[in-house]
Amino acid sequence: MRCQSVTPSHDAIALAPPAYLALCPLRHLLAATMTHQYPALTPEQKKELQEIAQRIVAPGKGILAADESTGSMAKRLSPIGVENTEENRRRYRQLLFTADQRIDSCIGGVIFFHETLYQKTDDGVPFAKLIKDRGIVVGIKVDKGVVPLAGTNGETTTQGLDGLSERCAQYKKDGADFAKWRCVLKISETTPSELAIFENANVLARYASICQQNGIVPIVEPEILPDGDHDLKRCQYVSEKVLAAVYKALSDHHVYLEGTLLKPNMVTPGHSCPTKFSNQEIAMATVTALRRTVPPAVTGVTFLSGGQSEEEASVNLNAINTCPLLKPWALTFSYGRALQASALNAWKGELNNEKAATEEFIKRAEANGLAALGKYVSSGSGSAASQSLYVANHAY
Amino acid sequence: MNHQDLPNFLGTKETLSSQTRRLVDANSMTLQFPTLSEAQKRDLHETALRIVSPGKGILAADESVGSMAKRLAQVGVENTEENRRQFRQILFSADDRINSCIGGVIFFHETLYQHSDNGVSFVKMIRDRGVMIGVKVDKGVVPLPGTCGETTTQGLDGLSERCAQYKKDGAVFAKWRCVLKISESNPSKLAITENANVMARYSSICQQHGIVPVIEPEILPDGDHDLKRCQYVTEKVLAAVYKAMSDHHVYLEGTLLKPNMVTAGHSCPTKYSPEEVAMATVTAMRRTVPPAVAGIAFLSGGQSEEEASVHLNAINNCPLPKPWILTFSFGRALQASALRAWRGHHENQKAATEQFIKRAEVNSLACQGKYNAGDNHGDAGQRVYGSCYAY
Repeated sequence: MRCQSVTPSHDAIALAPPAYLALCPLRHLLAATMTHQYPALTPEQKKELQEIAQRIVAPGKGILAADESTGSMAKRLSPIGVENTEENRRRYRQLLFTADQRIDSCIGGVIFFHETLYQKTDDGVPFAKLIKDRGIVVGIKVDKGVVPLAGTNGETTTQGLDGLSERCAQYKKDGADFAKWRCVLKISETTPSELAIFENANVLARYASICQQNGIVPIVEPEILPDGDHDLKRCQYVSEKVLAAVYKALSDHHVYLEGTLLKPNMVTPGHSCPTKFSNQEIAMATVTALRRTVPPAVTGVTFLSGGQSEEEASVNLNAINTCPLLKPWALTFSYGRALQASALNAWKGELNNEKAATEEFIKRAEANGLAALGKYVSSGSGSAASQSLYVANHAY
Repeated sequence: MNHQDLPNFLGTKETLSSQTRRLVDANSMTLQFPTLSEAQKRDLHETALRIVSPGKGILAADESVGSMAKRLAQVGVENTEENRRQFRQILFSADDRINSCIGGVIFFHETLYQHSDNGVSFVKMIRDRGVMIGVKVDKGVVPLPGTCGETTTQGLDGLSERCAQYKKDGAVFAKWRCVLKISESNPSKLAITENANVMARYSSICQQHGIVPVIEPEILPDGDHDLKRCQYVTEKVLAAVYKAMSDHHVYLEGTLLKPNMVTAGHSCPTKYSPEEVAMATVTAMRRTVPPAVAGIAFLSGGQSEEEASVHLNAINNCPLPKPWILTFSFGRALQASALRAWRGHHENQKAATEQFIKRAEVNSLACQGKYNAGDNHGDAGQRVYGSCYAY
């Protein structure tokens, strides 16, 4: 169920300018009040933001997260024996972005890293133009990584707010229509703490607010890592608390929810949890957590894959979409490793392998496109797809 | 409750030693201690769904003695216990036509223990026709010092014991009303957080006793503010309500929300169509009410019977996706005509009951989006909802 953009047959009814907006000289003295509205966005700005969001998560489509930082790319390239040079990174992203028209119906958006946004194909076509011209929305990672929260047990917040407004304005000119910002929380005996939850929710809301001012749809990513031995229930509980805090912060910061996307973790047990849970249990826990916290106005939920294998991530997404509970938002993917692992393995840096590598990517894109519609039938496919991609204490 | 014995979500039991270990970690906010068993959750959820099953809503007949004084004075009836009993009897003796329109009745304490002329308890009369029994449990508003005339609501003392007793006496749901006002200075941050907090405490206590809490954060229509202002305030208030519910570990699937519709203030010079009211209301709900909430049952506030039904109908026809039931919990908007027809006269009782049945049936249609109000708003098919981006 999506918000149908209502195109009225008559002129849109514009509400008369509210009486209270007439300048009241004493109003600024009334510090106690919380509830005067100073519009953050015009109706036109809201319309643009919502339409961008809807395009990204159109039925059967999801996001390719190709925004690995230089440091993260090092970790991807070294296992396949490829040197982490700017050229190799360019060649690798090229083989993803030059996939044929089969991905146009399953990829709604691509998240870029800053460097990649300004790279070009062998023929000199900018990657951003290449993607945008095929009707795929261009996104950009805008955070500047995690930093420690002093006085906590190894917890972090995320930096990147300084000059973010100017950066967003520039990215918008350079073709980006959405952005991504990742916060990280961990489950343990002592975490996540109240501070970590509150601080990360707040910084996500500030980021979202700034993006929207610049016509950029913010993807809000409060990732709860799968590290640990906690069970499914604990992850669900923590997810609910974190998401409740996120949406309270978004409300406090006057963020226009219809012009946002959420990129949460699926609700899963910790990686060292001795109990195994079925895809249906994972789906049920995930959808329940979202139903308890995510307002229907949010246009879509694009799950991160965390440490899941390509196949696991697709099967779980499919189970989520076939979960019998009522789900009023799009539920799709925003996958990095779970779309690229096989492609990387097939490539190994060799020019001759490029076509085969691109094929691997297209295969996963199509699988996830089906999973986003609840129509994916797992074929019990090859070893690369099933290998767990879990890396301990992952930070990228 | 013995933590040792409660099965968790997947039926495995947690050992006492691991519970003890976890209790030591005071810093963590995110350790889960069992609130409700699976069976308790199921009961609460099923009760909530029964109250708001399709085509049904709530009769709010819980006017306090003081409120009844105002109602009865308007029709020249003395405010005695007997007269209050007689009037509620008029409502409760409605025939089977209301069985498909009324899912629950909210009682005032006094009424819960009253009987019909034939000596049948009101509770039995209502329950025997499959209608759920609710009870108002708050003890009225009290001032918040340091604010501009704002209030919170009292009633938490001994609430747990009272809920246990009400459950024995037949109640399966409860209602608690908080009040907020819109003005140049209101609602303040304190009023919003304090009222949200007290509603979450009330909800938490109710659920422990198998009682579904109806959560009512009423924003009064007094004032000259426009539709947009009311929408904005409603969104802020509801965001605070659901954050408090999360903080207090309230099981949302076993709750109902009783909010105001989003309307302009009574003295606002601009008039808005039912479709505009509907769009503003549904937008506000979509931005704040999690889909897990079993249903939303609007209060009627100062609206006339017809106004309330027309608005409810427009809400149900609003083109935005609405993942919860949207129905009514009306007091005056179900009873005004009945009251006027009765005027305290025994011979008017049947006619008065008919008036109530009529409004019940109209609202049953409205909560399904099937009420045709006639000429007031043009052809039933042409509703101009306008652009959702203006909200």
